[in-house]
Amino acid sequence: MFEYAPAPESREIVDIKPSYGLFIGGEWVDSQGEDHHKTINPASEEVLAEVAWATEADVDRAVQAARTAFTTWSALPGSERAKYIFRIARIIQERSRELAVLETLDNGKPIRESRDVDLPLVAAHFFYYAGWADKLGYAGFGSDPRPLGVAGQVIPWNFPLLMLAWKIAPALACGNTVVLKPAETTPLTALAFAEICRQADLPPGVVNIVTGAGETGAALVNHPGVDKVAFTGSTEVGRMIARSVAGTRKKLTLELGGKAANIVFEDAALDQAVEGIVNGIFFNQGHVCCAGSRLLVQESVADEVLDALKRRLSTLRLGDPMDKNTDIGAINSAAQLAKIRELSEAGVTEGAERWSPPCPIPDRGFWFPPTVFTGVAQSHRIAREEIFGPVLSVLTFRTPAEAVEKANNTPYGLSAGIWTEKGSRILWMADRLRAGVVWANTFNRFDPTSPFGGFKESGYGREGGRHGLEAYLAV
Amino acid sequence: MSTTTAPFAEVASSNATLRAFLHGLPGVDRVGADARAAMLGTRSIKTTAKAQAIDLAISMVDLTTLEGADTPGKVRAMCAKAVHPDPTDPSVPRVAAVCVYPDLVATAVRALDGSGVKVASVATAFPSGRSSLDVKVTDTALAVAAGAAEIDMVIDRGAFLSGDYLKVFEEITVVKAACGGAGVARGEQGAHLKVILETGELATYDNVRRASWLAMLAGADFIKTSTGKVQPAATLPVTLIMLEAVRDFRLRTGRVIGVKPAGGIRTTKDAIKYLVLVNETAGADWLTPDLFRLGASTLLNDLLMQRQKMATGRYAGPDYFTLD
Amino acid sequence: MSERLAVRKTYKLFIGGAFPRSESGRSYAVTSSKGDFLANASKASRKDARDAVAAARKAFPGWSSATAYNRGQILYRVAEMLEGRRAQFVAEVVDADGVTAKKAGELVDAAVDRLVWYAGWSDKIGAIRGSANPVAGPYFNLSTVEPTGVVAVVAPPMGPLLGLVSVIAPLIVTGNTCVVVASERAPLPSITLAEVLATSDLPGGVANILTGSAGEIAPWLAGHMDVNGIDLTGADADLAVRCEELAAENLKRVLRPAQDRIDWLADPGTDRMTAFLETKTVWHPIGV
Repeated sequence: MFEYAPAPESREIVDIKPSYGLFIGGEWVDSQGEDHHKTINPASEEVLAEVAWATEADVDRAVQAARTAFTTWSALPGSERAKYIFRIARIIQERSRELAVLETLDNGKPIRESRDVDLPLVAAHFFYYAGWADKLGYAGFGSDPRPLGVAGQVIPWNFPLLMLAWKIAPALACGNTVVLKPAETTPLTALAFAEICRQADLPPGVVNIVTGAGETGAALVNHPGVDKVAFTGSTEVGRMIARSVAGTRKKLTLELGGKAANIVFEDAALDQAVEGIVNGIFFNQGHVCCAGSRLLVQESVADEVLDALKRRLSTLRLGDPMDKNTDIGAINSAAQLAKIRELSEAGVTEGAERWSPPCPIPDRGFWFPPTVFTGVAQSHRIAREEIFGPVLSVLTFRTPAEAVEKANNTPYGLSAGIWTEKGSRILWMADRLRAGVVWANTFNRFDPTSPFGGFKESGYGREGGRHGLEAYLAV
Repeated sequence: MSTTTAPFAEVASSNATLRAFLHGLPGVDRVGADARAAMLGTRSIKTTAKAQAIDLAISMVDLTTLEGADTPGKVRAMCAKAVHPDPTDPSVPRVAAVCVYPDLVATAVRALDGSGVKVASVATAFPSGRSSLDVKVTDTALAVAAGAAEIDMVIDRGAFLSGDYLKVFEEITVVKAACGGAGVARGEQGAHLKVILETGELATYDNVRRASWLAMLAGADFIKTSTGKVQPAATLPVTLIMLEAVRDFRLRTGRVIGVKPAGGIRTTKDAIKYLVLVNETAGADWLTPDLFRLGASTLLNDLLMQRQKMATGRYAGPDYFTLD
Repeated sequence: MSERLAVRKTYKLFIGGAFPRSESGRSYAVTSSKGDFLANASKASRKDARDAVAAARKAFPGWSSATAYNRGQILYRVAEMLEGRRAQFVAEVVDADGVTAKKAGELVDAAVDRLVWYAGWSDKIGAIRGSANPVAGPYFNLSTVEPTGVVAVVAPPMGPLLGLVSVIAPLIVTGNTCVVVASERAPLPSITLAEVLATSDLPGGVANILTGSAGEIAPWLAGHMDVNGIDLTGADADLAVRCEELAAENLKRVLRPAQDRIDWLADPGTDRMTAFLETKTVWHPIGV
């Protein structure tokens, strides 16, 4: 037997302050309120730092700072804005190890993922949009497209720094200034990013970071001085935001929930399909809006695929997110864990069969084993509701048309997966799947050049690529 | 004469049935396979696990010399190294085998007598395989007669790529029979047959999977990536696909086949990546020299240097290890 | 000799390619800009709106998967048919808007030309809005546009023909299907346009036209969970806010009313098409 010895990444590289203020107008300022909350390491429940929960007055101050900065920032030649953003990209590359450790500590995701996926994509995203800043006239939105003004941005906890990059990079490239609110459970990398803005000599007020929870977010979204709202998170909150901007001129983009079907045909490259299924739902503990949470497998290979999947899941390594060999880290919060448990129990109650590999669970922290439900019907809650955890619901189908019908039978439409070695079938399926991203013979791939976003209740607008500029230009 | 495993008894009844079977195997997506191998390559094997892995890797090495300039002297020196890789440290395990050309088998057998290190010989018009079946069989028989315990044969890649799977199949079965040597009639076990697919010439991962199954169905004891004479030689993804093949073959037949990546494995880091690949693909059952080998020459010294670094805490230097 | 008594047209709704009366049995008197009685138009109810959405949904799979070439041909056919009824539309526009016959003629010509313009976009908008994305890895990555689905439209109260054509054409040319609430004040050209649509090879249900009160019907469409988008071009400020709030329930794509008065004779640009297009990005590995 070959046991891998613990291989923990060192946390010495990060320097977490005991408490953080708000980053407004290029300075660290204290909140005008008294509301401070602790952010913890979900793998150990250890307190990492205390952060302020910004009040309406704090948000107002941040929006004013962004408004003031907008005048000069939007007037800068695009080539100058570009150089600031390139600088930011480089600093992120230089500090990527530190940022990866910080992300893992605050979020609970495995260091392998924050190191090999999150951070490279974060740097790449800034690098990509930096290049657009002086080429906006070629983007197909008119010869001299104008920025919108102040962007209010609210991001989730699943990819804290990556979602920040998706929001801030295109906003700055287009000449907007931003007020960004990170998620309440994962503020630390956004606060580190504030320091990066200072290292880059970014003009004060171009980027403002206000920490807090839902009320802070609402204050930001509803602030009359905000010209653009960008939100990534739950469909429920997205709905509220869409309602709240009604009657304003605020431009809105939303990247919301999903319940993606990952469709495996009998002629698929099965070993890679199994990897794709695993990556689709167990990447980032399943805290992924585009996760392939519904496996639709053709009946003729269902047993074979499930056997292979279960064998493969038995090799997954759950545990300390800082261990370089960990595949499944901690669930981000107690609240999220409770939600995953609740839905999983509903799955059992509704008659689906639950399976997890033998998997020791650490004593402290928030954990949920990789879980597979078989015998799932379309009507089960676990086949309809977004679980946002490492829980896969397996359904079967007989024909391509049935697969499409089941895949599309959801109010969501963010992503989908297709596994078949037959090219024309891929294109036939891709045509019919009502989803913004279709991964064929791969899954959960991301790139700054590739537009990302959903159909239907998964939101609107695209992030990434030329398309991603539109959200931040007056077009 | 056929050694085809029972569930697949009919598979090789004609080239058409063989082709239908091999082309009915699930395809391999190259990018996905590459990504999986690369991910496993990021496993961090440290401290006790590393020490364990280094000794395991040493014990799996097929220490190889396959040069036109090989001499009995060179082979004897290599054999000495195989038995005692580090003369200053008796706790270092011996390697699994030495691998030489047929004409040097007798030399190696004498040098290794009683050591437990096996003698493997390449055969069948190695490395190109471009000769008549008679020559290939004779080549094999000579090596076996000289005392080789293991035969590393090459498949006819030309026949494989032209779709003549039955020819490849039959060659393997005939060579397998020749591995039995004269002793099989007396109930002795024949030489183990390693079938070299020369994956660097097979062009696609689909072909690697098909060639693996073809070799296993025809009676291979081991499937081996490469001769070492063609680039690319062993790679992680190719080995991954072969490990999937032996895993699936056991599930369907109960027979356990070994895997040997050969060529291009030079560092401890490389070797450990292969062990991780075995561990997380075929499973821990394959983590034994009986079922997994590393065909290499310079790798051994790097393993020894890393081993010494683990023991002493100092980085080692090449001058302190023999070059045989 | 007495003057011949004209045979008047009955103006009904246009749903699923058919011309039903409102299920409610209601109608309302439509007058010219001078106040003369013109006709009784059907006053659509929420149930008519529901039926129209069902018809639009039913038409969506076929229409959205028709080739772009085919959709362009059909839009061009609509232009041909409209041209053929030029005199009738001129008369209706004169009645509705109180403009001179010359001005009305210009507006009808512009409507025909607009249809021709959009017809040409059918197989080009995808090339303009799609992209091949150079991702950093061995993947083929292509973004294409697809129609949003069923789109509700509050048509502009002014410009009963040109405005109406200018909101319908960009929706249907890209493969959406729509339910249009016509100008409440001047609905008659919309039903005549429906007659053109019905005889132009446009599949039934692709465009559905309701006459009546936008204030009454539009909120039902805005809140309808099987409607994917709403164009509020013709909604007044209060109605627009109400509809946008209702549209949030299933996250409809919303095109808000313009801030400034729209010049329907100006180059429309591509915005009305892109407002109801979804970008789909497909990835596939590249390997042998």
